[in-house]
Amino acid sequence: MAERILPAPGITPETAAFVAAAREGRFVLPHCEDCGRTHWYPRAVCPHCWSTRLQWQPASGRATVYSHSTMLRVEAPFTLAWVTLAEGPAMLTNLVDPPAGGWHIGQAVRLRFVPAEDGTPVPVFAPG
Amino acid sequence: MSTRPSSACIVGAYEHPTRKAPDKTVAQLHAECAAGALADAGLARGDIDAYFCSGDAPGMGPLSMLDYLNLKVRHTEATDLGGCSYLALVAHARDAIAAGRCNVALITLAGRPRSEGSSGTAPRTRAGTPEAPWEAPYGLTTVNGYGMVAQRHMHAFGTTPEQLAWIKVAASQHAQHNPHAMLRDVVTVQDVLASPVISDPLRRLDCCVVSDGGGAVIVARPEIARSLQRPVVKVIGAGETVRHPFAGGLDLTTTGAAISGPIAFAQAGVRPADIQYASIYDSFTITVLLQLEDLGFCAKGEGGRFVADGNLISGVGRLPFNTDGGGLCNNHPANRGGITKIIEAVRQLRGEAHPAVQVKDCALALAQGTGGNLGSRHGSATLILERE
Repeated sequence: MAERILPAPGITPETAAFVAAAREGRFVLPHCEDCGRTHWYPRAVCPHCWSTRLQWQPASGRATVYSHSTMLRVEAPFTLAWVTLAEGPAMLTNLVDPPAGGWHIGQAVRLRFVPAEDGTPVPVFAPG
Repeated sequence: MSTRPSSACIVGAYEHPTRKAPDKTVAQLHAECAAGALADAGLARGDIDAYFCSGDAPGMGPLSMLDYLNLKVRHTEATDLGGCSYLALVAHARDAIAAGRCNVALITLAGRPRSEGSSGTAPRTRAGTPEAPWEAPYGLTTVNGYGMVAQRHMHAFGTTPEQLAWIKVAASQHAQHNPHAMLRDVVTVQDVLASPVISDPLRRLDCCVVSDGGGAVIVARPEIARSLQRPVVKVIGAGETVRHPFAGGLDLTTTGAAISGPIAFAQAGVRPADIQYASIYDSFTITVLLQLEDLGFCAKGEGGRFVADGNLISGVGRLPFNTDGGGLCNNHPANRGGITKIIEAVRQLRGEAHPAVQVKDCALALAQGTGGNLGSRHGSATLILERE
């Protein structure tokens, strides 16, 4: 079975710090110093209160599967998913290394970084 | 005559008969649809004083198309909510008419995704959007986005593939009577379940067609509508919204119809039980099921039971839907089914649907659309229409 190559995410002023942390193997989430909340996907303006006082904080990398769908009618089948991060927000991602019996909603998963086509580390989730 | 007030009526509606147009341009298809709707209304080109379009129109907003059509207008608007844009544009045209900005508004849609090789399995993340860096690597397409929605609904409410299949079965029962439909063969629940899984749990026959073509509608001031030789179809309620993951607080089992529907019903002063015919956007079977729940035709989570056993089949069930065959069997031009939802509702209210699927004395209809991706972010627009 062909291995799917992840398209490069592209780096913007809003993603550079996240990617830099990822290159060091660290998964970080934006935390708002004004409203105290975190969010996904990361923005430079807090989507909860529109504050610009955001700090990157280390995150656990733990999550549970919210929903998933495995695309079969392509050369390299892959699983798209929304997972719920232990810190709260839902995150769109891929699931890798399916457990015996297949994916199910509520499955505990843990983050790992895999390289995109240009080498940029991209967070995906595997059982654990 | 009904006493429900309306500031605008749909006076012209036209669905292009083509489903494959490799030898036509997109602008040409828009123009052919415009001419068809104008002839249907019995109006002249010079009567049009407003033009509305969406992201399928070539060029920058209305500029290229107004030039191509050689129209002189005093009001124009381009709004892109994906496939439901045209339902929202009908409401916007109504409001522009009420505000005195125009009298006769033309809305067009056209596209050639079939000739151009577009597919629901192709990644849909748009470069340059703020979400692109966080989504592009993961291969979000149309079909796996809706696959996640179906998966979650099945998990939360016990919805089954058999129940989803009934939506396709109902559409195919209607499509057999439509000579223009892409898929005219009647299918069974077993046929749907035997079709290959595209992105689980959605199978091939859970997915709409990819077709070239288009459609147009004309919205006019009620005095103008009453001067024409066609049944008068009033716009009596409309609502719209955009729904998205709310910065991480995701609920994949609710659509924007939960917002746009109640607004439209309140405006119209009617309830879901009053609706005699419903056009429901059917990019996938699951799309229909969620919108039916969110519009209040049944409780949240009850959609599977509601659609089963032919409840959406005209002459059989309680809520006849998509009697043209819908996007699942008839047509999904430009990968945007909104305008065909309006057109079939107008046919029903005029008594011009195929006799085999025409709802008897149809006086109150609903047209509902979503656009974008229910698996990420989407628009929703609801229209309630009444025959005068």
